[in-house]
Amino acid sequence: MDFIVDAQQLGKTFEGKAGTVEALRGIDLQLEPGEFVSLIGPSGCGKSTLLRLIGDLLQPTTGSLAVNGKTPQQARIEGDYGIAFQKATLLDWRTVQRNVELPLELAGVEAHARAARTDELLDMVGLADFADHHPWQLSGGMQQRVAIARALSQRPPLLLMDEPFGALDEMTRESMQQELMRIWRDTATTVVFVTHSIPEAVFLSTRVVVMSPRPGRITDRIDIGLPQPRDSGIRESERFFELLTQVREQLRSSDSVS
Amino acid sequence: MSAFRSGGAYSPGRMAAATESGSNTALKRVLAVAAILALLVALWEGYKLLGRATGGTWPFTELEMRPRPGNNSMPHVWDVVAALFGPHRRGGDPLILVMASAVLFTLREALVGFLVGGAFGFALGVLFVRSQATERAFMPYVVASQTIPIIAIAPMVVIWGRQLDVPSWLSVAVIAAFLTFFPVAINTVRGLRSPEATATELFHSYAASPSQRLWKLQVPAALPYIFTSMKISASASVVGAIVGELPAGFGEGLGRALLNYNQVFAADPTKLYAAVLMAAMGGIVFVGLITLAERFTLAGRVREASL
Repeated sequence: MDFIVDAQQLGKTFEGKAGTVEALRGIDLQLEPGEFVSLIGPSGCGKSTLLRLIGDLLQPTTGSLAVNGKTPQQARIEGDYGIAFQKATLLDWRTVQRNVELPLELAGVEAHARAARTDELLDMVGLADFADHHPWQLSGGMQQRVAIARALSQRPPLLLMDEPFGALDEMTRESMQQELMRIWRDTATTVVFVTHSIPEAVFLSTRVVVMSPRPGRITDRIDIGLPQPRDSGIRESERFFELLTQVREQLRSSDSVS
Repeated sequence: MSAFRSGGAYSPGRMAAATESGSNTALKRVLAVAAILALLVALWEGYKLLGRATGGTWPFTELEMRPRPGNNSMPHVWDVVAALFGPHRRGGDPLILVMASAVLFTLREALVGFLVGGAFGFALGVLFVRSQATERAFMPYVVASQTIPIIAIAPMVVIWGRQLDVPSWLSVAVIAAFLTFFPVAINTVRGLRSPEATATELFHSYAASPSQRLWKLQVPAALPYIFTSMKISASASVVGAIVGELPAGFGEGLGRALLNYNQVFAADPTKLYAAVLMAAMGGIVFVGLITLAERFTLAGRVREASL
């Protein structure tokens, strides 16, 4: 089977005025299509750096990386991934509709095809009634749903998410996780999800990758065998708590190593 | 401003309230402007009244009031208004008509200078953001150009213009442009650099070309900055045009009119005050038009505190 992300002995070192910082060392990570993989670890463990390497927003220092069977640059240029950040990063001067269609517009897709796809996406994230609103008229959770719709506009095989729910309150966060689960099932997209919330990682993922800092490296990969489709009830199951504990202990032990 | 915002739940009620308070704000603003005008007139006339009562000294002292409250240096407000509607010279047209045409003449020069200078400033800003080396090389000269007093540059531009057979009004417009481009260039640079790092990453992730990034991200994000600089430049361009008209030596604009009424100030101060009022009105209209354009262009964004 072809891996959608294939990282081998990947390393990244930043050269700054304050000296060099080794952000990532010896990362081996293979993602199969359809997986939902969370990268979890304390701040400074390089999880966002790893996400940016996959997205060709940063260049690796050592090792090799293939995305959808291509170089990361080629994958980026061909629109093989969509990305969402902690801040929704919507353009203030565009309506919800025009924000969602931005990637299509940049790719030169015709107006009527853009409109059709945007309607579909807004339906999917439940914001069809808000197409003509401006971002500042929406709540934080709604803004983040617009950002997710935008990331999926080109039907990318890969979705990169950098703590997308990190700025939301707990209630909104859980309902967004629920919604993301549904979207992931419906679109069959592979997701790389950066988070520092253990319950979030366990609830969403098929696999949790635990990382540790200085230098950032992978210390464990935990398969989350919870049944699909998952709903909120699963958060109260015994297996869920066992997995939380497993991830937490792994994080603690990898922290004490460094 | 931040181009991206979070928080604030949508509610139709809140938006309706915002519209309602919008018209309320407009009324309040008109009232505030009128109140300040009334206050200024009251202070002016009150000072004169005090002077008349004490014979020109501060109460209970022998200290003379300066400026002197007499009609020669501080004419009554109503005399200034009357001068506006009186003839500009014996048997001539009303001063207000003469001044209106002078204001229009000068505003035209200022507008041409403003457009040319604004376009140049914007282009310079784009160039500087594209190439830091260019910015580092040229910025000191741009800054130096603005430290030279305009009255030193104006005669040079007019004389060179004559040697090149450029019409005088165009030389004046160039002088106005000289004062316009700098604020626009500086604010364009700042505005083009205002998008957040994640917005730039987003455009990179979509493989946007540099020109797509410029026109769909950087320029829209820079517009509030550019409009602010345009308001500064609008008034500066009027000053540039007035000063430029002096060495150019033509009689149709504000520059010559102000100079003339300055010379007869001792005999009849009301005309200079009237002329200054008209010049100020011209500037206010110019800045007001830009504010309108700003409202129209930035409609739908979060309302920034506007000038």
